[in-house]
Amino acid sequence: MEGIYFDNNATTRVDEKVVEAMLPYFTEQFGNPSSMHSFGNKVGLAIKKARMQVQELLGAEHDSEIIFTSCGTESDSTAILSALKAQPERKEIITTTVEHPAVLTLCTWLEKDGYKVHYLPVDEKGRLNLAEYKKLLSDQTAVVSVMWANNETGTFFPVVEMAELANAAGAMFHTDAVQAVGKVPLNLKDTKIDMLSVSGHKLHAPKGIGVLYLKRGVRFRPLLRGGHQERGRRAGTENTTSIVGLGKAAEMAMEAMHHENTEVKRLRDKLETGILAKVPRSFVTGNPDDRLPNTCNIAFEFIEGEAILLLLNKFGIAASSGSACTSGSLEPSHVMRAMGIPYTAAHGTVRFSLSRYSTEAEVDRVIAVVPEIIAQLRKLSPYWEGDGPKEEAFAPTYA
Amino acid sequence: MWDYSEKVKEHFFQPRNAGVLEDANGVGDVGSISCGDALRLMLKVEPETDIILDAHFQTFGCGSAIASSSALTEMVKGKTLDEALKVSNQDIADYLDGLPPEKMHCSVMGREALQAAIANYRGEVWSDDHEEGALICKCFAIDAVMIEDTIRANELCSVEDVTNYTKAGGGCSSCHEGIEEILVKVMAERGESFKPGTPAKEEAKPVGMTNLQRIKKIEAVLESVRPQLKRDGGDIELLDVDGKTIYVSMTGACAGCQMEALTLQGIQQKLMEELKEFIKIVPTKAGALSRASCNP
Repeated sequence: MEGIYFDNNATTRVDEKVVEAMLPYFTEQFGNPSSMHSFGNKVGLAIKKARMQVQELLGAEHDSEIIFTSCGTESDSTAILSALKAQPERKEIITTTVEHPAVLTLCTWLEKDGYKVHYLPVDEKGRLNLAEYKKLLSDQTAVVSVMWANNETGTFFPVVEMAELANAAGAMFHTDAVQAVGKVPLNLKDTKIDMLSVSGHKLHAPKGIGVLYLKRGVRFRPLLRGGHQERGRRAGTENTTSIVGLGKAAEMAMEAMHHENTEVKRLRDKLETGILAKVPRSFVTGNPDDRLPNTCNIAFEFIEGEAILLLLNKFGIAASSGSACTSGSLEPSHVMRAMGIPYTAAHGTVRFSLSRYSTEAEVDRVIAVVPEIIAQLRKLSPYWEGDGPKEEAFAPTYA
Repeated sequence: MWDYSEKVKEHFFQPRNAGVLEDANGVGDVGSISCGDALRLMLKVEPETDIILDAHFQTFGCGSAIASSSALTEMVKGKTLDEALKVSNQDIADYLDGLPPEKMHCSVMGREALQAAIANYRGEVWSDDHEEGALICKCFAIDAVMIEDTIRANELCSVEDVTNYTKAGGGCSSCHEGIEEILVKVMAERGESFKPGTPAKEEAKPVGMTNLQRIKKIEAVLESVRPQLKRDGGDIELLDVDGKTIYVSMTGACAGCQMEALTLQGIQQKLMEELKEFIKIVPTKAGALSRASCNP
């Protein structure tokens, strides 16, 4: 598929070397690692190797702290539900208003079962107030679940510090790190983070494989029971090919970590400044000073995101948007709303997320195309006139 | 990615009649900024004939909102105002070879803009009575507000009821959890609690049955019993349907026969099962009804 793929926070291309590493495990090495013969034994060794590769990427102390799951969402659900089951006397959860739906929807569902959920708000740059967080921590807190980096804006949360505070309050700490793993150097053994979610397809491994990091000694109650796989903590026959693929991808992510934080970051910055310089009434959302190196989220005022994406797609450019229409919901992105971005801008947010495959030529092309598209849509917009918003503000009868 | 028809894509990439219409004499501004759509429709109407000579639009919205606006302007040009007002949401969607269920509200906005622009031309004040909720049933494009209102108005208490009254949940059934959540909420308002497994209300009238469909259904039931009656040398004829009362005439051997009442009772039962509502069947002589209305 030809085109410029700047939607790497949605999913990434599986690296050819990852595919190569996986292929033998579909055919020659098809055994079940649980079997008592050499067909199974070799596969078992391959899984062990993959586990160590992931351990290395996460900076975990033991390889047994790595539990392979089917996806990031499963890891999130397992972590939060386990924390509640393991500490039945604690009935409160602390999370944030800008979490991924994998955490947020689970939390609102748990509220119906009588759990009290505290949603920490963010400021206009998507930052948390730690003083407020400290006040919420108590002997009632079962688990704190806070994402490492926001998927829409890339903004980091101070999870290492927050984990220490949770630990001091006797609460478990989980972080959804699906966007951060592979882009941020991690050293979990030196933190108080109890549980961490990884999604393979965000770091050039296939879809359908994830990891739950579980610190040794943390009380755990499995979500799936009925098998001894993953030391009885995640029953079900291992997705051997994808586990091998994720191991290889983890190894490659370690190698690319420097490139990600220098070259990819440079391209992202070039893209961002290039667009902002050419498009009036546009701004970066989130915290530009503390975020993922590959992500930039730009709000284009007075136009709608889905329309922008359709036009970008016509030029072969893939990105994503926080507009209501792209999801079929009636509200724009909860992340944009939580930051207090006005509706006229929130609907026009576009996220560009790069990867180590992104090139300078691609960035130049996008910088050239975007201003045209924005101008074209603004010509259609009832809020816009000439070079700026209408002097007499457009104020329709709202439904 | 949305599965847009070629027609939608074409109207989005090459919108017709986009931009300001300088000599417009009817302007309608509608929208819902929270759900990301806003539209200004500008009409140029010939006062003598009420014919729409030109129509332009400006839209803040997604691909299908822009395409719906473009389609609307094409559809109303050359029509009189009264003709234009007959353009329905479905007509706009049909013109575009269909819209995804999540996007039907874009065509609703087009129709509202049209009403607002015509009201503006006529010097009337247009007020919007349309409220929109989150889409619950994707098979039939039914939103939460519609479901809530229907539950409230009819005191519904089961998912099956909701399906009977609104169609929501009658397709793939993935939205049943969502419908139950709404039932829990609305039933709490009237001090009841939702119980799964509650049987559906018996009198639920099949949704969307027009008078014609209803009469056709009645005819079909009568048709199904006719062979039995004919075997006994009789017949039955549908004379009129007035709300819950169905007038028939029994002819031949059936008229006045001792079994008439019993036969009619059986037919009445069968009709109620088919129509899913309580009805009364009344035997009348053919011609009696029209005579009655001539001589009040």
